[in-house]
Amino acid sequence: MSYHERRAIVSVLSNVLATGLYTAFMMQRYPQADAYAPEIFHFWGAFFLILIPVSIVARVVVHIIFSILNTIATHEMEPALTDERDKLIELKAARIALYVFAIGTMLAMGTLVVGMPPAAMFAVLICAGVGSDMVSEIVQFVLYRRGF
Amino acid sequence: MDKITIGNNVRRLRFDRNEMTQQDLAEQVGVTRQTIVAIEKGKYYPSLEVAFRIALVFSVPLEEVFYVEG
Repeated sequence: MSYHERRAIVSVLSNVLATGLYTAFMMQRYPQADAYAPEIFHFWGAFFLILIPVSIVARVVVHIIFSILNTIATHEMEPALTDERDKLIELKAARIALYVFAIGTMLAMGTLVVGMPPAAMFAVLICAGVGSDMVSEIVQFVLYRRGF
Repeated sequence: MDKITIGNNVRRLRFDRNEMTQQDLAEQVGVTRQTIVAIEKGKYYPSLEVAFRIALVFSVPLEEVFYVEG
């Protein structure tokens, strides 16, 4: 298994773990209010704004830890070079992830159309974000596994 | 437009150059070893620039490295 394949697996797991822990932490602070109360929208706004730096920091920390552990375990250094094939794989993965997120966004809007509470819309948006990120990593894993 | 399959002689050319390793070729071309592996297996068609770089490393014309199959 190559460095990129291992990194993709670690990214998927760390992404799920970081978002899951953050969601569990934040849900303890979920306001006890009417589904359409301003507090609910304030909560979800804060949820998204804090999620972004949290996921960036988690990603950087996991990447550093992974690089160190990978070098110790395999004696293989992180590739210093990103060539045209790596970039094409990233682009393909990003395109598919964008489709997933677009579908998720439409589903989120659909929850409002069918009269579900705003919390459902925000939950679907979070799932779309996490899902698209996971799909991106999985596509990269598959493409690296296959060769391209 | 019909899809064409492009074959290559990279493996043979490496063999002819005293069994040049994939890593050596990759370093001279400026790509990763995995990319050379994918090219040799026919799973990845390189850009024109990388194709010419491979030909330059072996000092042969491009058509001696890559060809249309069938």
